[in-house]
Amino acid sequence: MTNNSSLIRIENLKIGLEGGTELVKGIDFSMGRERVALVGESGSGKSLTARSLMGLLPDSLHVQADRFELLGEAVLPYNQRQWNQLRGKQVAMVLQDPKYALNPTQNIGRQVAEPLVLHQSLSKNVRIEKVEHMLDAVGLSNPAQLRKMYPHQLSGGMGQRVMLAIALINDPQFLIADEPTSALDHAVRDQVLELISSLVEERNMGLLLISHDLQQVADYCERVLVMYQGQLIDQLAASELSNASHPYTKTLWSCRPNIDKRGKSLPILNRKQIASLTEGAAR
Amino acid sequence: MNLIELNDVSISHVQGSERNTVVHDVNLTVKAGECFGLVGPSGCGKSTLLWVLAGLNPHWSGSINMLDKPLTAGKVFTGDLRRRVQMVFQDPYASLHPKHRLRRALSEPLKLLGYQDIDDRLSEGFKQVGLAENMIDRYPHQLSGGQRQRVAIIRALLLEPKLLLLDEPTSALDMSVQAEILNLLNDLKAKRDLTMVMVSHDPDVVDYMCDHAVTMKAGRIDQEKFYN
Repeated sequence: MTNNSSLIRIENLKIGLEGGTELVKGIDFSMGRERVALVGESGSGKSLTARSLMGLLPDSLHVQADRFELLGEAVLPYNQRQWNQLRGKQVAMVLQDPKYALNPTQNIGRQVAEPLVLHQSLSKNVRIEKVEHMLDAVGLSNPAQLRKMYPHQLSGGMGQRVMLAIALINDPQFLIADEPTSALDHAVRDQVLELISSLVEERNMGLLLISHDLQQVADYCERVLVMYQGQLIDQLAASELSNASHPYTKTLWSCRPNIDKRGKSLPILNRKQIASLTEGAAR
Repeated sequence: MNLIELNDVSISHVQGSERNTVVHDVNLTVKAGECFGLVGPSGCGKSTLLWVLAGLNPHWSGSINMLDKPLTAGKVFTGDLRRRVQMVFQDPYASLHPKHRLRRALSEPLKLLGYQDIDDRLSEGFKQVGLAENMIDRYPHQLSGGQRQRVAIIRALLLEPKLLLLDEPTSALDMSVQAEILNLLNDLKAKRDLTMVMVSHDPDVVDYMCDHAVTMKAGRIDQEKFYN
């Protein structure tokens, strides 16, 4: 377990605005080389938490924590230069929408090679070889040709695979995927999640998968953290989800529509009940 | 009664002097009071078809009857049709004017139609979709995605439409908020005399919501499905 919880260790993480409004209200969690889903609605603070792990929060937000360790290092006081050493090398991130996250003016080969240029000194030929190998590993055919293409020539699923290639090319220890499939078509979502999950397992990395669709990510993770309005309100093993006890987790688990629910109204959140529960927990 | 009838409709996008036909020979009918689903992968032409039904793309051929009136190809909607057909767009972040407060954005069409009791209608609308009335003086960026989509639904419903077009109304929203919006749409459909045409790429949503659906593939209708 000591090895297992060594990648990230966070105690009492608070992220707040200048005026004192707290957006993340003191959360604790730790994780190792495992696949963990961080689930919650928009505005629950899940993306802020993930961004704080990459040192990517804007200056207008204040981060405080009793303990904030990444790979055993206390990273909270890091400056940008120190973060740059870490980002893309030890910790990597995949964002939501490849249409916005990839640079439209650079070809794919150059963008996938960028982490190599920044963190390793390799000859151009070795770099090209590595890039092509990586593109192949994320399931893109014909990498030699693809290297010369631009983001607008790719479909959403291909773009997301390219982003994954950029994230994984330096063999990071830890990958954060922030809603990697929300911008994709229904049919492609499972393929991309499957790919992320299998690559992470192959490379023995840690994965923090952020999503609002609990049912979908449950199959690809071992553990689930549930956030609601800046608090971590539930933690459980993915296999336990169908008999979750927290009402919020229960609703998230069952609110997905399907043909069997026709004519019945879908379960929705009883926000008052949850608010009273979370207040009780905070006291 | 058929609210929409399409016969051999083909639709093109016009860019400069080029004409690119993306929907081919579609035949379908939508009955009054139905929830009709259009499903398919991205790029299959389902949104293109919806935009024609909304009067936003006049480049079609074939024949279309809507609300018992034949449409003329190449012409925009006129008269009553403009009011009776309303649309809710996919992205609630892009479909509300960022510099107008909700009150201004929502009352604009009502003013144009010469309504006197605008404020009453707005607060009634807010009540219907389950939003607090004091939100009316906010800007769109002060609302969450689900709240914005509710505002977009109010906007459409204020004009008392017969036909509500929904272009992926929940794909930009959280799963839990999606459940709330789908419940809301079902309630509204039960309360009002409303026909809905819903585009979605999520077959589960269509299975749950619709009475009648077609699956599109590469610009053609691939399958038609009736739910009892």
